[in-house]
Amino acid sequence: METLGYLIDGFSVALAPHNLMFALIGAFLGTLIGALPGLGPANGVAILIPLAFTLGLPPETALIMLTSVYAGAMYGGRISSILLNIPGDEPAMMTCLDGYPMAQKGKAAEALAISAIASFMGSLIATIGLILLAPLLAKFALTFGPAEYFALFVLAFATLGGITGKNPVKTILAAAIGLMIATVGIDNTGTQRYTFGVLELYEGVDFIIAIVGLFAISELLFFIEARAGSGGASVMVNKLKLSWKDIGSIFPTTLRGGVLGFISGVLPGAGASLGSFISYTLEKKVLGKKGDFGEGDPRGVAAPEAGNNGASSGALVPMLTLGVPGSGTTAVLLALLISMNITPGPMMFTQNADIVWGVIAALLVGNFLLLLLNIPLVGMFVKLLSVPPKYLLPIVTMVAFVGIYSISNSAFDLYFMVAFGVAGYILRKLEIPLVPIILGLLLGPEMEKNLGHALTVSNGDWSVLWGSGLSITLWALAIIGLVLPVVVGPVLRRRMRAAQENVG
Amino acid sequence: MSFKTPLKIVMAAALTLGASTAMAFEPSGKVECIAPSDPGGGWDFTCRSIGNVLEDLDLVPSSVQTINMAGAGGGVAYAHTVSKRAGDEQLLVAASTATTTRLAQGQFQGMDADMVNWIGALGADYGVIAVSKDSEYENLNDLMDALKDDPRAVKFAGGSAKGGWDHLKVLIAAKAADVGKLPKIPYLSYNNGGEALTQVVGGHVDAFTGDISEAKGFMESGDLRILAVLSEERLPGEFSDIPTAKEQGIDALGPNWRGFYMPADISDDAREYWIDAMDTVYASDEWKELMKKNGLMPFHKSADEFNAFVKKQIQDIQELSKEIGLSK
Repeated sequence: METLGYLIDGFSVALAPHNLMFALIGAFLGTLIGALPGLGPANGVAILIPLAFTLGLPPETALIMLTSVYAGAMYGGRISSILLNIPGDEPAMMTCLDGYPMAQKGKAAEALAISAIASFMGSLIATIGLILLAPLLAKFALTFGPAEYFALFVLAFATLGGITGKNPVKTILAAAIGLMIATVGIDNTGTQRYTFGVLELYEGVDFIIAIVGLFAISELLFFIEARAGSGGASVMVNKLKLSWKDIGSIFPTTLRGGVLGFISGVLPGAGASLGSFISYTLEKKVLGKKGDFGEGDPRGVAAPEAGNNGASSGALVPMLTLGVPGSGTTAVLLALLISMNITPGPMMFTQNADIVWGVIAALLVGNFLLLLLNIPLVGMFVKLLSVPPKYLLPIVTMVAFVGIYSISNSAFDLYFMVAFGVAGYILRKLEIPLVPIILGLLLGPEMEKNLGHALTVSNGDWSVLWGSGLSITLWALAIIGLVLPVVVGPVLRRRMRAAQENVG
Repeated sequence: MSFKTPLKIVMAAALTLGASTAMAFEPSGKVECIAPSDPGGGWDFTCRSIGNVLEDLDLVPSSVQTINMAGAGGGVAYAHTVSKRAGDEQLLVAASTATTTRLAQGQFQGMDADMVNWIGALGADYGVIAVSKDSEYENLNDLMDALKDDPRAVKFAGGSAKGGWDHLKVLIAAKAADVGKLPKIPYLSYNNGGEALTQVVGGHVDAFTGDISEAKGFMESGDLRILAVLSEERLPGEFSDIPTAKEQGIDALGPNWRGFYMPADISDDAREYWIDAMDTVYASDEWKELMKKNGLMPFHKSADEFNAFVKKQIQDIQELSKEIGLSK
């Protein structure tokens, strides 16, 4: 019941006119980013972080805007999947399977509407899950001592590649790069590491600068390289004919998809791609021959969309309660929190209750906004898909530079951002994933600190690291997380690819 | 020109009396306040709230613009003030005990406390030493006796870095209690007081060192037993039950003050003006209300008294840091 009181307080934050406005802006921009092929949610949030700083938003408003971007990106991913058979982002891959055939049958509007409703349901279910689960987990977090936190971070790194990740060696390489960057600055004992007497390096490398550089600036460089001046082909959408009966028929599907998505979002390393995949496969299994999956079954559109939106809210659970992100985008959001002097974890639910619950309430509000945006206004997003990047590019560049400069008014940060951008470009060319770098950068100092603390508490006895039931459990999960992808991963990936090829 | 404040009346009076001295200083145009941290921290609060009070009291012509200049724990802002802003009479920079600590430990390379003008302190958050409600230690002497037997017996958690203010408070108390082997006392540094508190309340670390405003929440919930507050006298209001270290026979003080410095080479008139302005702010009801809301306790030093206080604090911290081997 306490939760309900907090949630009501949260709504009073989320429904404040300016917060509502930024939620709407976030939802709109998020959908747009999600719809643009190749621009995933992590990049989208990274590109828009500077906007929050440019506008000088207070923490809760900035977070509300960016969680709306995050939710919006998950909605938007489906648009190009359905219309162009190009997934807007990775989790929207499974939506191509039935969405594109529907569009080819002249039911593009229906597919878009159904997927919007399914996204809504998935998000709604998962947000309710988040509301129920997060406070429980937050209370549980008091039992985490230094040894348990260390084991938790090991778990986060072990599951980093995720089940759907491709090259484990490159993932480890990326995490190592992140950890190396994390060592710059004055460490826990007051010793300077790699600061070279440069004052700006004393506090280490700012996550936000690294993130905006790695994601947003490298994205710009890719755009420039591709010289994609013309923009996508313009597509026409038919007039919407959707009855309540059609919506009713996908309802059970969205329930199953939402729950499955939520679970895979909460589990570290699984994420939205797995959520949509599992939901789709399960739906196919449950309905069997009763559906015509792969040929434009509405339920085949609804299941993965409910799944990936459920997962996106689910991924917020470990991020908010334990400070360990469950996906790339939540890692970016985590960095934003830290840079606003808010430490995620159990204390946040008491110390920053207004912010946490404001954000959770904003997820619910944002979800309604997104549904409203996505059904009547879908035509507009479709048109925006064909806006040439030459107009978008300068805007993004300007926002990134102004935003980063306004954080600490230092040109040094701008050079740093550009350097990270170039580095990000090179790393992406080498197909080294960027998310593990960010995680290394974010979690490295915490991991080091907790290891040091655990050993101080135990007077140098290493066995403290596996001294409690909780830490043993975490170590066991970490080992499973490390081994499972090697065993199951290839099989899963093959199935996903096979499913993809069947259609197209 | 409005005559809302006594200060301006006095100044105007001084002028009309036809004193032959130069025109007294009065800020014109933009006044800046540098918060040497990202938005949301203590320095940011100092700039923004004092800025608002200055505006409300008409001590500034228009508004005070807060500029966040994070880096090197205040070092970037300090270097900026010293090297680029000398003589700027419309610039305030937020400071606290964290600033003096870093100056004392030579962490602002090549810079010392004489390179700026110390204007005044307008409140403080007092240090506390606390344990979880299930702890065996009932008062500060119990805890210090345990440390005397074995300096590794009690592990402390705090929100500052090793050698930082929270760590120093433990050492100040331990030194006052004649505990030997100060460098051996374990200190675990966390990102902020909240994190450190969770670890103490969760039973993972023995004792908490931090400020009273951080300990308030867990004190009210009954999870935390505050053994001592490091102030001259007992704190007012709900904190009046907490004994000071002094009354337990341990002469240790730990005020984390909030205040300002200004660039070097400013005119005496300007310096006077800002010192008076800070005194006016401190006496105002607006600021008293803000202090209460944010857990700040009465603490006021200005002009030369503040300057002497800062130098003394730096000297004390220097000695302590040498003793524990943190600086040379």
